[in-house]
Amino acid sequence: MNERREIKINVPVLARVEGEGALDLHIRDGRIEHLKFSIGEPPRLFEKFLEGRDAFEVPDMVARICGICPVAYQMSAVQALESLFGWRSTPWIEAMRRAMYCGEWIQSHSLHIHLLAAPDFFGYSSAPEMARDYPDEVRRGLRLQSLGNELIRLFGARSVHPVGARLGGFHSAPPKDRVIRLLDRLRAALPDAENLVAWTASVDVPQDQQDFVSVALRHPSEYPLYSGRIVSDTGLDIPVDRYEDHFREHQEAHSTALYSLLDGRSYLVGPLARLNLNWDRLPEPVRSTLAKTGIPFPSRNMFHSMLARAVEIHFAIVEAIRLLENYEPDIPFVSGECRARSGFGCTEAPRGLLWHRYDVGESGKILKARIVPPTSQNQARIAEDLHRSIEAFGLDRADDELRLHGEKVIRNYDPCISCATHFLKLKVIRE
Amino acid sequence: MDRKLRVAVHKFSSCDGCQLAFLNAGEKLVELFELADVVHFAEAGIVDPDAPAELAFIEGSISTHEEQERIRRIRENTRFLVPIGACATSGCLQALRNQADAARWFADVYSDPSKIDHLDTATPIAANVPVDLELWGCPVNTRQVMATVSSLLLGAPPRDDNEKICMECKRKNIVCVMVTQGQHCMGPVTRTGCGVLCPGIGRDCYGCYGPAENINGDAWGRWFEQKGMPAERIARRFRYINSEAEAFREAGKHWRDRTGPKPANDASDPSDLSPSSGPSGHLLPKGEGNKARSSTANSSNEKS
Repeated sequence: MNERREIKINVPVLARVEGEGALDLHIRDGRIEHLKFSIGEPPRLFEKFLEGRDAFEVPDMVARICGICPVAYQMSAVQALESLFGWRSTPWIEAMRRAMYCGEWIQSHSLHIHLLAAPDFFGYSSAPEMARDYPDEVRRGLRLQSLGNELIRLFGARSVHPVGARLGGFHSAPPKDRVIRLLDRLRAALPDAENLVAWTASVDVPQDQQDFVSVALRHPSEYPLYSGRIVSDTGLDIPVDRYEDHFREHQEAHSTALYSLLDGRSYLVGPLARLNLNWDRLPEPVRSTLAKTGIPFPSRNMFHSMLARAVEIHFAIVEAIRLLENYEPDIPFVSGECRARSGFGCTEAPRGLLWHRYDVGESGKILKARIVPPTSQNQARIAEDLHRSIEAFGLDRADDELRLHGEKVIRNYDPCISCATHFLKLKVIRE
Repeated sequence: MDRKLRVAVHKFSSCDGCQLAFLNAGEKLVELFELADVVHFAEAGIVDPDAPAELAFIEGSISTHEEQERIRRIRENTRFLVPIGACATSGCLQALRNQADAARWFADVYSDPSKIDHLDTATPIAANVPVDLELWGCPVNTRQVMATVSSLLLGAPPRDDNEKICMECKRKNIVCVMVTQGQHCMGPVTRTGCGVLCPGIGRDCYGCYGPAENINGDAWGRWFEQKGMPAERIARRFRYINSEAEAFREAGKHWRDRTGPKPANDASDPSDLSPSSGPSGHLLPKGEGNKARSSTANSSNEKS
């Protein structure tokens, strides 16, 4: 046998990710000669057909960018657009938006851990297959996922593309009896969430330490979800309307999604980045459950993303209980006059920072929209990680092992490929 | 049954939201995997795109050359092909490009559009291959997809529920948001199936389940007009989630044509006034299996 082997691994359709992605790996003489993580999802041109629409139409439209995190799109959009109306949202509206958003974190994170990521660490190709040997764990995951969906439905009537949120607040306030019933379910789910944190911490993940930049929102007192400043562990600390000063996107031929860089460097957004930057903002019961795992944060191991998701499910349940305790229905929305300007919105989608900018004309019509989803931001980091991790894993492994490891690395980011397919051409004018 | 029903779930241009009708099904998802052989469902972890199946659910619209090829292969390998959701039945929002200058949109978005495989249109599945049943909705829900699987398991033809939202609203005793609040509800022209979610929380239906049977979109637009809605807004009402559904497309075009000259800085496309880029209607096959689609095609004949 020739020692100098040439390996070509091609994964045309990545399983267990949202949307269509692919991996191309070419190894020659013990070196990665060529590695391509591509987002092949066809463009859907969201920013273009938002143009000419009324600001009030935007929340229902941007929800359609992603079936798994529609609330995130609605929340970043209403934030950006409301800043143009000179409205003052009420504390009730802000609290209920956070509660609805908690539902999406619970749903999306549970779906990712159990249906998409966990089978990788237990050697199964799918969750239903894993359910035969781990029925309790998979059932617990499905229970949490459905609890998250129920919390979104409380405010949005349905959990995919919810219809309850609007510019100014909500179409209606949920009835008190439904909130009380859901509160009972949330409280009853706390042991599930605590056990999930312990379980994800016990999963045997690769000990792969890396150097990367974490980027997330940071709020003076809360674990970041709906608002805050954009910070990094390299000293970035900016308000959301200064995003474009530091983050730049570029197109690469093999991908329909943009690559985003922070001051010329790749960076990480998402649960691990959030937890790395904000573990000190976790409320008490969540912090001590995490402490019991013995895994210290900040963490440099990308495979701790699954644990970070579990921690955030626990957080989201605790937070939703806090927000909904003593619930009384209130005036569901505020209104006002639109002013022509640019509005900025940024929230923490389950998969990371989601930034929107809208330029709006006098009539309240959208002139221009720019939406930067988390996966575009993580794309450069994923490619870098693949390179490193596959080399660290050992290039002399069998093709199938290499392919699986590559897929595992990608799925670990929970790339939301459907979301990552629309972007604006970047024009840089230097004088 | 000695052999299980072979079921596939395929994805085209979409948000993945309709696949959640399965992935959000909880215990029912596990049940589905017990009752049926799921031969392809990439998001759930099973990848075999060319596997023959008795029943294939198709999410997403056809918007690239690769997708045109792939849907043909799937059709050949499938006995009963069911597009699910607005992208697959009417192109959804991305089909708004069909009535605009798509080439310009791509040039605006991509610094090098030639590097991206794309068609200038995003078309429903039925505009590309014959289909057997369409499940409408943005998104479809678990009840819709599981009912289809159950019907076929029992050997009964699945039901195509295309009555108006209003009928279900009345049965549920929901106070009419149109009559009592003057809201611009699309209920009278929209297909039921969602569970009347919007009127249920006191807001107007925005038509995400697509046109109901035999609607009169122009007449409904006139009602909006009488309520003081400008023609351009009426047009946008139809040119929304299901803009490529024939009845909504025709109504949208009708009201678009009635808008006056547009200001120079209007961001929407001037070519909108004379759509000529061949929307999906021209591509419709006359396939026998194309039953569900023909029901919407009929509805456009009803217009005044």
